[in-house]
Amino acid sequence: MKIKLKDIAHARSGDKGDAANIGIIAYKQEDYKILRKHLTAAKVKKHFKGICFGEVERFELPNLRALNFLLHDTLGGGGTVSLKLDAQGKTLGAALLRMELDI
Amino acid sequence: MKEKIRIASGQGFWGDLIEAPVQQVTNGQVDYLVMDYLAEVTMSILQKQMNKNPKLGYARDIPDLMRRILPVCKEKDIKIITNGGGVNPRACADAVLEVAKELGIRNLKIGIVLGDNIKERIEGLISFGNDFKNMETGEPISTVKDKILSANVYFGAMPIVEALRKGADIVITGRTTDTGLTLAPMIYEFDWREEDSHLMASGTIAGHILECGAQSTGGNFLGDWQSVENMAEIGFPIAEAYPNGEFIITKHENLGGKVSFETVAEQLLYEIGDPAEYITPDCVADFTSIKLEEVGKNRVRVYGIKGKPATDFYKVSCSYESGYSASGSLTYSWPDALTKAKAADKILRTRMENLNLKFTEIRSEFVGYNSCHGPLAKQLNEEDINEIMLRIAVRSDDYKSVERFGKEIAPLILTGPPAVTGFAGGRPKPSEVVAYWPALLLKTFVTPEVQILSL
Repeated sequence: MKIKLKDIAHARSGDKGDAANIGIIAYKQEDYKILRKHLTAAKVKKHFKGICFGEVERFELPNLRALNFLLHDTLGGGGTVSLKLDAQGKTLGAALLRMELDI
Repeated sequence: MKEKIRIASGQGFWGDLIEAPVQQVTNGQVDYLVMDYLAEVTMSILQKQMNKNPKLGYARDIPDLMRRILPVCKEKDIKIITNGGGVNPRACADAVLEVAKELGIRNLKIGIVLGDNIKERIEGLISFGNDFKNMETGEPISTVKDKILSANVYFGAMPIVEALRKGADIVITGRTTDTGLTLAPMIYEFDWREEDSHLMASGTIAGHILECGAQSTGGNFLGDWQSVENMAEIGFPIAEAYPNGEFIITKHENLGGKVSFETVAEQLLYEIGDPAEYITPDCVADFTSIKLEEVGKNRVRVYGIKGKPATDFYKVSCSYESGYSASGSLTYSWPDALTKAKAADKILRTRMENLNLKFTEIRSEFVGYNSCHGPLAKQLNEEDINEIMLRIAVRSDDYKSVERFGKEIAPLILTGPPAVTGFAGGRPKPSEVVAYWPALLLKTFVTPEVQILSL
């Protein structure tokens, strides 16, 4: 079965230097279990091919039904140096919600 | 001791809604108004302003804002805490005192926090063995040392607490953490001990929820954003804090916005790294301990927070000159809008190459197609594309190359693909790129200084 992340979770993203952080939050407790099991750092890294050029770190926040991802080497040098329109990675949370999970 | 205090967030950054702090102090009861004005890039801008005029170097919105809110804050006994003093808190305080005098306000005490600016001390600190190694890349600071524009340590809540204990009605700081602005009144009012890391973490996390203004009350909310009521009059967050460290995030009832598990959770996840190790000068807060509970309409209880003692280091934020950049754009319409924009991009790049212009980076984005999500953007059928904005940006250490780039955009209108518009703003001018250098410094090398100015 395929699940669109957009249907089970919301997200917020921002910058930490040249890394972007994406927090993704399940609307329901049972969907957090799906995120926890299936939304691996490797899948996120693959999803952001051509955007994220570094390592992807994943952290769990079961208390908030959430995962936090740090995408290193992603923002073209970071906030003030980056030439990107989205220099701070503000829209990358939405970009993650494009993903479909095979469960 | 007060049973509870209400701390209102008034600004999430310099440039945020000008009406927000006014709404916060006039629409209901609050005890404190806290305002964060400083982003990393802001410090270098302010430093440049002060270099030109020693009376500048702070958030210049503050005196105008004070003119509007000081009378009501004085009447309702609302204390104001802000880091908008930038690189010159004293000048900011002087300007506020001027305003207070004009308004006929008496018995006003302004506390200023100094000592965070270490720009003139960098050489000396390096000779004492501090290497200011870049926290992200590990590089030594010697590579940028001569290009430093500003250098500040981030102080935490304690200097603000000292100012409050000395009777300050307003506290104006330089580089203080956003979270410290909110934690400070809790320490002061509830006599919290610095050693109680769980309480320090509670106040710090309240600060994290407040520091981006309406981002916790329904602004920039990627959940069910259309359920956020009356965004035109969005209420900024208020933390209703209790002595045991619990607090409730809410907003003024008569204003718009939304406070829910989802809106608060999104802000909690904003710009964090390892959630178990959120490091501030005051403590190391554990975001995995936070419990959220909706306890009423637009009321979210936050409790159970754990923390660890602060580290021995202050974070240092240096800014330095790193060349020049510029960006320009042109808009192409149907038919073949994307193909035209791509052709224009290629022509422009060829011309710049023929001119031997030197760039560190050239970046082209097609707004309306892939500027946000890059390769993740959905492929579009050319026939369905109504228009595309080509946005092209360059960066270089060579000023002349960037300047010439700015002169090569407009010619594309008459010498490139057709059905093009949107060049009304004139030639893009090179702007100085200010890069940012994060480092650590042992706390023992820097001492915050608190002064009280009275009227």
